[in-house]
Amino acid sequence: MSNEPLVLGIETSCDETGVGIVRGHTLLADAVASSVEEHARFGGVVPEVASRAHLEAMVPTLERACETAGIALSDVDAIAVTAGPGLAGALLVGVAAAKALAISLDKPLYGVNHLSAHVAVDQLEHGPLPDPCLALLVSGGHSSLLRVDDVTSSVTPLGATIDDAAGEAFDKVARLLGLPFPGGPHIDRVAREGNAVSIDFPRGLTARRDLERHRFDFSFSGLKTAVARWVEAREASGEPVPVADVAAAFQEAVVDVLTRKAIDAAVDQGIEDILIGGGVAANSRLRFLATERAAAKGIRVRVPRPGLCTDNGAMVAALGSEMVARGRVPSALDLPADSSMPVDRVQF
Amino acid sequence: MLLAFDTATPHVTVALHDGERVVAEYASTESMRHGEMLAPGIADVLARAGANSRDVTAVAVGVGPGPFTGLRVGLVTARTMALALGIPVYGVCSLDVLAAEAIDGGLDEFVVATDARRKEVYLATYADGLRTEGPVVVKPADAATSVTAVGYGGLLYPEAFPNTAGPEHPRAAVLAQIVVAERFELLDPEPLYLRRPDAVEAHARKKVS
Ligand SMILES: [Zn+2]
Repeated sequence: MSNEPLVLGIETSCDETGVGIVRGHTLLADAVASSVEEHARFGGVVPEVASRAHLEAMVPTLERACETAGIALSDVDAIAVTAGPGLAGALLVGVAAAKALAISLDKPLYGVNHLSAHVAVDQLEHGPLPDPCLALLVSGGHSSLLRVDDVTSSVTPLGATIDDAAGEAFDKVARLLGLPFPGGPHIDRVAREGNAVSIDFPRGLTARRDLERHRFDFSFSGLKTAVARWVEAREASGEPVPVADVAAAFQEAVVDVLTRKAIDAAVDQGIEDILIGGGVAANSRLRFLATERAAAKGIRVRVPRPGLCTDNGAMVAALGSEMVARGRVPSALDLPADSSMPVDRVQF
Repeated sequence: MLLAFDTATPHVTVALHDGERVVAEYASTESMRHGEMLAPGIADVLARAGANSRDVTAVAVGVGPGPFTGLRVGLVTARTMALALGIPVYGVCSLDVLAAEAIDGGLDEFVVATDARRKEVYLATYADGLRTEGPVVVKPADAATSVTAVGYGGLLYPEAFPNTAGPEHPRAAVLAQIVVAERFELLDPEPLYLRRPDAVEAHARKKVS
């Protein structure tokens, strides 16, 4: 156990400054500083505000992670960092910090894909990943279905959103209903008091004509517009908006499509394990429905605990640790931050 | 040894100073690639001086003003190296770096102007070896002067700055000398943004229909 490598991971792709420390599959520290409150009044993440916050948070977050893990930076055996995808200026702060550590400590550096890191993090909680597994990653920035044959080298995109990310739809509908940003947790909470079948909102890309080209893709823009129209019509008629019912019916529409497509993809690929990650994976209805529907098909579902689903440094450290364990070649010091890093490129 | 770098312009400049003199220097050839060029530049000066990171006893960094994205690459690198190596980090106004080189070249009263984009310049005024005003961000027309202008901003706006001389961009070798000799005020490694982030507060929602 103690001879397993000590890996530090840095994540700055959006508004969370994350530093995680793992030894093998054991999580030692997961320090996160969020600038979410600075973005709340803008109704969404402002890239320049996020980048400034990353610079200010980086050293304190590194210190906090080391303190929690009870290690010195000089004990670290390898450094991993999110190289992409994400906000360009935000990514750059993390990548530069990781390089500074690699140079100072003279240790290998792994620039990794944020999406693969969302998959790898589950190893910290539920042990080694089954090969292959199917990953459903849903957050404010991504909505993807991936076939994962090896989380360090072989990730194949099966489908993705063609417009808004699922988490974005949660934020926009929350705003429409007068709920705070970020919308996910608030919709989840309010929806528990509502009737999910009281309003029939559209399920994007599930019609027969869409299934040929977009069988495993998602679309949440039409749903968002449908909710807005419904709420406006209610307001125009002078009736109160049943916030809990709208939240529940909207959430059901999102979660229904996500779970249906994930299970369809698993069955199609002959895969028996589904892993759900990303901020929206913290949604209680998604966890419940996915587990229930998958069980009916003999498919297992793994979901990391909510704190590991949202963006964090532990997930990057987890993937870095796996890179070291599988003998992957480290990245070069001129590694770029790639805001549109393709899903199937696990490492730079 | 003092490791010095500046990323407050489109370029990356790195130098290593042994307390007596600059022993290695690196200048990036490509512009706006701070994230890619700085770390290899640091590795390059260390290798050419036959040194390693544990020989570095202090870090000096240009704190701008300059384009934000590049500026942050320099600052986070300096702060993180200082943390990892347990050494101090010193900030220097990037315009002072240009001024020091201009003073060494014989100038006495002058302004330093660098490109702030959006048709503006970062500007500071110098006399008798000291910064007397600035840095500020201004429109060139509002800063028009017949006094000698140092830096790339002067070259960009010849109508506002008809007399130009001296270096176009800061050099880390000069930055290192400033810190060693404490020629200008040494600052905390905090960015001189001089501008607030562009962001619009969320107002009432728009109708979709
Ligand atoms: Zn994410």
